[in-house]
Amino acid sequence: MNYKDDFPMLNTGIIYFDNGATTFKPNVVIDSMDEYYKEYSANAHRGDYDISLKVDVAYEKVRDKVKEFINAKRREEIIYTKGATEALNMIVEGFFANILEPGDEVLITNSEHASNILPWYKLAKNKGIDVNFIPLDETFHITLANVKKSITDKTKVISIAEITNVVGDARDIKEITEYAHSKGVFVVVDGAQSVAHKKTDVQATDIDFLAFSAHKMCGPTGIGILYGKKELLEELDPLYTGGGMNESFDSISEVYYKDLPLRLEAGTQNIAGIIGLGSAIDYLNSIGMDNIYYTEQQLSRYLIEQLSKIKHIDIINMEPDSGIVSFNVDGVFAQDVAVYLNKYNICVRAGNHCAKVLKNSIGVKNTVRVSLYFYNTKSEIDKLVELLSDRDKIMKEMI
Amino acid sequence: MDPELRREIILDNYNNPQHKGKGTSNYIKVNTNNSSCIDNIDLWVLFEDNIIKDIKFDGEACAISTASTSIMIKELIGKSLDEALRFIDSFEKMIDEEKYNPELLNEANVFDEIYKQANRKTCATLPYKGIIKAIEEYKKRR
Ligand SMILES: Cc1ncc(COP(=O)(O)O)c(C=O)c1O
Repeated sequence: MNYKDDFPMLNTGIIYFDNGATTFKPNVVIDSMDEYYKEYSANAHRGDYDISLKVDVAYEKVRDKVKEFINAKRREEIIYTKGATEALNMIVEGFFANILEPGDEVLITNSEHASNILPWYKLAKNKGIDVNFIPLDETFHITLANVKKSITDKTKVISIAEITNVVGDARDIKEITEYAHSKGVFVVVDGAQSVAHKKTDVQATDIDFLAFSAHKMCGPTGIGILYGKKELLEELDPLYTGGGMNESFDSISEVYYKDLPLRLEAGTQNIAGIIGLGSAIDYLNSIGMDNIYYTEQQLSRYLIEQLSKIKHIDIINMEPDSGIVSFNVDGVFAQDVAVYLNKYNICVRAGNHCAKVLKNSIGVKNTVRVSLYFYNTKSEIDKLVELLSDRDKIMKEMI
Repeated sequence: MDPELRREIILDNYNNPQHKGKGTSNYIKVNTNNSSCIDNIDLWVLFEDNIIKDIKFDGEACAISTASTSIMIKELIGKSLDEALRFIDSFEKMIDEEKYNPELLNEANVFDEIYKQANRKTCATLPYKGIIKAIEEYKKRR
């Protein structure tokens, strides 16, 4: 498949391998947002006129699309947020802050993104809960055995990414959730790196909460989703109050909020972003999530096969379950590799990828990360591999 | 400066950085890092009677940051605070493309074209941010 016609950014001569950070946007997404601004630019849930009604319909239609996309049971379980980070903060501050007691335990892992660590750390500081880590095996995977070993009487929540952003391992969320629930433990899933790349089914996995961002799935920035089971979202305290979420407020003692989902969507939302997200979902569906997952696996296997042939390259995750491959060039600092590749218009990420605690597990602080998406190609990988195969050239040109 | 020579000096300082190590408790320790990238360096500075007697550094950083640190340390050891501040000022002016005094800078002149790579400017100036912190700390303690 050639996606050049779909994505303006694929015609810029840039080879983009930083899809873990954000993805390119197809014309259908850009155009749908443009259309909103040019043809029916009005607010939602307010107007008594045609173009506002059109916004209302679009706004709620995207909610249905998201519901289908992750197979939620009810549309009220889909809440618009700014992104995965905001959704995770809402889950922690709006829900768990109210039910956890000092000494209760949350389990995460060393390979979580900062957005799935710091809200818990904050709660630990303010509420005296404990944050502990499920150990990873030699290939940085979570095993059910390790989950079983880690859960104690104090454990109330497991909060993990379905796919991590550094070593690209996929967790068996269904199996983990089944066990966690048998122990009365909630499961929060950070879907930032998974929802874009493989089929998500919140009913099949039975998870309690899910957070993800549109911009990592061909959609716009500034919009994401909080999914929660209805009975749990009912208990989630709005972090924001104000317009759009209230029923009436005649006096301090007579404040009434709306029902879900609007209760958790205070203020004018990112309407263009929501419309763009809807188009992104249509676009991904037209390609097929299974197809996307398969294509990425083929590409990352090919990349690993090629990189393994180079003596001076040390691959951190030989067995990624996704399109994320982290490595180092012997004797060259990760950032210097990125600067070198940038000279050839190749975008890769150097650093700790916001998973700062991972250094405890993999022993190196910084890596070069290639994160692939379905629109990457073998010939792009060949170009990368060719540039990395000559260490002297890297040393010469990195400065 | 001849580009080959420039590259050679930078790589030499990166591959064999001078004064790598940790200082003892009579040194002032500062950390310097870039929020936008991943460089992270600790500097240990020993002052005596307004003279920089010794500097050591440790940490993880890219070629430009490491080389810049190595070169800065070589140049600053033995300088008085005033001389050091003049050196630092000249270096920063060079990076910001202002008028500066190349004669002061010796080997640090290898970074005279770094302004062409905007994303590398912060790497070259990283150790300078650190030494300024250390000097301020010394002045406070005096
Ligand atoms: C695993 C993971 N979780 C959470 C996030 C945060 O996403 P956002 O910045 O869109 O809120 C990211 C983004 O890098 C991520 O990779």
